[in-house]
Amino acid sequence: MQFLLIMHNNPAVWDALTDSERDAVVTGHGQFIKTIQESGELIVTQGLADPSKSAVVRVRNGVPAVTDGPYLEAKEFLGGYYLVDCASRERALELAALIPDASVPGLAIEVRPVMFSNGLEV
Amino acid sequence: MTGSATVDRGVEDQLREAAPRVLGALVRRYGHFDECEDAVQEALLAAAVQWPEQGIPDNAQAWLSTVATRRLVDQIRGETARRRREEADFQRQPADRQVERPADQAVDGGTGLDGTGQDDTLTLLFLCCHPSLTEASQVALTLRAVGALSTEQIAHAFLVPEATMGARISRAKQRVKAAGASFTQPEGADRQGRLPVVLHVLYLIFNEGYTASSGTQLQRADLAAEAIRLTRAVRRLLPEDGEVAGLLALMLLTDARRAARATEDGALIPLAEQDRGRWDRAAIAEGLALVGGAMASSELGVYQLQAAIAGVHVQAERAEVTDWPQIQVLYQILERIWPNPMVTLNRAIAVAMTEGPQSGLALLAPLDSDSRMAGHHRLAAVRAHLLELAGDRVAAREAYQLAARRTASLPEQRYLTARAARLS
Repeated sequence: MQFLLIMHNNPAVWDALTDSERDAVVTGHGQFIKTIQESGELIVTQGLADPSKSAVVRVRNGVPAVTDGPYLEAKEFLGGYYLVDCASRERALELAALIPDASVPGLAIEVRPVMFSNGLEV
Repeated sequence: MTGSATVDRGVEDQLREAAPRVLGALVRRYGHFDECEDAVQEALLAAAVQWPEQGIPDNAQAWLSTVATRRLVDQIRGETARRRREEADFQRQPADRQVERPADQAVDGGTGLDGTGQDDTLTLLFLCCHPSLTEASQVALTLRAVGALSTEQIAHAFLVPEATMGARISRAKQRVKAAGASFTQPEGADRQGRLPVVLHVLYLIFNEGYTASSGTQLQRADLAAEAIRLTRAVRRLLPEDGEVAGLLALMLLTDARRAARATEDGALIPLAEQDRGRWDRAAIAEGLALVGGAMASSELGVYQLQAAIAGVHVQAERAEVTDWPQIQVLYQILERIWPNPMVTLNRAIAVAMTEGPQSGLALLAPLDSDSRMAGHHRLAAVRAHLLELAGDRVAAREAYQLAARRTASLPEQRYLTARAARLS
């Protein structure tokens, strides 16, 4: 079963961390990646650039209109994700708890099953 | 060599059936399951490349064995050379002797059997379904070492990248090694405990092929066919085992309905609406004979019972003449020896068909508080179906919609959404 482990980021929370706390998160991701790579559960992980780099495209009457900035104005935004293939929902939740962000007060990991895939080199 | 230029399906089957025997002989002789397995894979790859060009050897298994042995020896030699450099020792002699006596000649004479006349396929299955492994790893390792599928093929079947599957298989091999698993069949109580694990892994492979747990395709037929092939192999080795026969029967009786199970564009067709003329009669006949024989001669088990239930369904010429009372009794027995909410759920359908939808719905109520079942789309789907039978269109529609939101399978979602729409 495939799950997307979604990391919702909040810059205010991130900025409030000490340098060593931030380092611990970064190191933790490295360890997490190693763990799920070796277990054969990692499909792909990606981290996204800041939402200030986002643009939103709408096509109305065939004419695209582009606005800069994120789609939703919110404190949290999609920071990145892990796409994993694991035995069960329970295992996906277990993996989510291993992501360092899950232990940071004010942050959490959202776990959602994948329903449709295409384009992966499988 | 014969002159044929293509590796057709029959030859591929022959090759893949030979692979676990060749692997078994290698492991018996040299140990090192991990390295032997790699060597056999390389030999299979070599066959896939060479045979279309050079023709198919007369004795495919002996060819495979010779090439795999050579690969293994090359590998051992490479390691030996390293050791020699390090230890300045003479380790080369064994490797040379290995070259003179390839496994197929020295051990099995190309028959696929070891010195004792035993087929190692079952021993390999026990190893691949070792209790130290997760289910996903047992499945992957079984498909590679016993099914002789490449990592790429397995990854493709499970819709994950090759790197992911490669890591999973290599981790599984390390685990088996670390667990100190020996290349012998478990005995006594250990065997009684571990054979069901093997059967469960085969069942998982079948199910993954028959009902893809996610994605657009309802069926991934190759995995179902592979599971049937492997279960047939186990049955040849354990012809007296009722549950092995039951599992094979269950697969055949389920797979027999494959062609009728979905429309050409992939939409799901429920059992009651399937064109029964498209069911595979040969598979049904074989499945019924298997389950009948097993139930008459061995201790009752969960696979036999499930096969018997599938058998009652396929024996009905039309959905309306299905022998639901018999199905209900079979589910009752199944629930007694294997109590679990999925069995209760299925029994509720049988009860609804014999005693009326309200009786079925009453059986579903306790499942709402069962954590294994509460959020499952199957519970909502069955409830929707029974509510529809009871004539409660509004509640049925809501339950179908709930089920549609919960499922992770697109064809199922499509079906459930359509059922809901029909009721509005």
